[in-house]
Amino acid sequence: MAIYDARRRWSKFYLGLCYLAVVIGLSWLAIILATLLFEGLRNISPAIFTQMTPPPGADGGLLNAITGSLIMTTLGVAIGTPLGMLAGTYMAEYGRYSKLTFFVRFINDILLSAPSIVIGLFVYEVMVVRMGHFSALAGAVSLAVIVVPVVVRTTEDMLLLVPDTLREAARALGLPRSIVIGKVAYRAARAGLVTGVILAIARISGETAPLLFTALNNQFFSTNLFAPMSSLPAVIFQFALSPYKEWQHLAWTGALLITLAVLALSITARVLQTQRRAK
Amino acid sequence: MADNLAVDKIGLERAESRLAKSLAGFKLGDTVFHLLTLAAAWAVLILLGGVIASLVLGSMPAIKAFGLNFLSTEAWNPVTEKFGAMAPVYGTIVTSLIAMAIAVPSAMAIAIFLTELCPFTLRKPIGIAIELLAGIPSIIYGIWGLFVLAPFLQEHVEPGLIATFANVPVLSKLFAGPPYGIGVLTAGIILAVMVLPIVTSISRDVFETVSPVLKEAAYAVGCTTWEVIRSVVIPYTRVGLIGGVMLGLGRALGETMAVTFVIGNAHKIAPSLLAPGTTISATIANEFTEAVGDLYTSALIALGLILFVITFIILAISRYMLMRLHQQEGR
Repeated sequence: MAIYDARRRWSKFYLGLCYLAVVIGLSWLAIILATLLFEGLRNISPAIFTQMTPPPGADGGLLNAITGSLIMTTLGVAIGTPLGMLAGTYMAEYGRYSKLTFFVRFINDILLSAPSIVIGLFVYEVMVVRMGHFSALAGAVSLAVIVVPVVVRTTEDMLLLVPDTLREAARALGLPRSIVIGKVAYRAARAGLVTGVILAIARISGETAPLLFTALNNQFFSTNLFAPMSSLPAVIFQFALSPYKEWQHLAWTGALLITLAVLALSITARVLQTQRRAK
Repeated sequence: MADNLAVDKIGLERAESRLAKSLAGFKLGDTVFHLLTLAAAWAVLILLGGVIASLVLGSMPAIKAFGLNFLSTEAWNPVTEKFGAMAPVYGTIVTSLIAMAIAVPSAMAIAIFLTELCPFTLRKPIGIAIELLAGIPSIIYGIWGLFVLAPFLQEHVEPGLIATFANVPVLSKLFAGPPYGIGVLTAGIILAVMVLPIVTSISRDVFETVSPVLKEAAYAVGCTTWEVIRSVVIPYTRVGLIGGVMLGLGRALGETMAVTFVIGNAHKIAPSLLAPGTTISATIANEFTEAVGDLYTSALIALGLILFVITFIILAISRYMLMRLHQQEGR
């Protein structure tokens, strides 16, 4: 019997370690969110949304950073989404079994987790050096490069979920493939495609590294796409590492805003996904 | 009568030609759309090619000036324009190893909990919480590491480590020097927290591919829960697990913001884990906009190239492993 007891004890021991890991892991992450909420809410005020980033030692808000983030994120999604959707469409519809699709899928999965700072370097080389100065447009393009693989992946996955019988029925009516894709496949996969775009927005709204040397930063309000533009992540980076208390507080508030936005986006994406499954 | 027939015939021909025209329009539209999507698929490949090409071109001056010595030089001196990649490469590898050493066992334990031990009602909320955390941007982890974790380690953990290991031969070197708070160890821990949700959610997906019949068979011959996990679940999913770990490693190697805040940005290789260091991505993030001179910029881009090559290889292995798992599943 002793050997059975020993086995049972070992099993209990290792499973105990698993429980311990869950408790430590989850409470650690909970602590991060709690600190973020506490530090972020402590300094939140209407001024955050109405005033510009202040010089050291003064009070101010984050208006220029928030606007900059919104402009560049919108533009990045607007550039990246069509390209990603078209590529995903090719992979799921026209070239489902082609060698190219297999290759693109492999490369795309690698781009999906490629270090974003390298993408910043790429856009710096291609755009900033050519144009001779940092610009919001370059920042938006570097975000678009990050959007593309996310959208390619979800578009392909979602279109593959559409049953082929739907496509065959439409083809039997004599419709050309482009119309079958546009009127049948896209419509059947609509919720999934929207989810992909939302996930892409969530992914880029906190990206910092590629913006540092493409859009740079701007202390003032600017909507000029050909000039440096401020963004929330870049401001957080600059302010958190500064010795000034007011700047550090703004950095925490900015961090809270980004986290809330990202969480809201991911939850929306998730709800859309479950709705589709329930249908 | 004859007139009417002729008119009908003309009408028919008109209708036919209209039909032919719109059919041709369909065909044209289809061809255009086909080519458009094909071009977009190629564009993804060209994007990757463009990234590699621009990095290689940008790092040419540095490669010409330093050659392979770039990899084995520790010095990083913008004033004398002497640059070497050894310190950042060392820092990147060491921080990632610390992160994986902490994150992989914890992530696997949490994944085991989620697939084997957790009551069904809790399974979904915890799983969702972990996936949401995987999406939180790294700058959040960075700011938390700087303001919360680093001071905590400096005051409560690092003095203890130094005192405990002061007389142990190897460990006294690893945990030596004043407790700065920021340094290689802190960066490794923050990376671990960041990678944890990613590795956990992949491990969980991978564990779920084990068919219940296999597990039930093992239970039926009298295995304990741990024995089922160790001898059935883990061996069955080995390939996928390695893939998931590699994916996490790829993320850790390339991670920028979480590390930049807490590593201290010192261009030297210190034997102590408590000393400040630097990583490839932290060096680029900190110095790129301030880099004066072509050689300095080029040296930073060369660092980016090294990082991209390393992560590309790791991620390619990861994808290959995960793909093999799916093929195995399909069989």
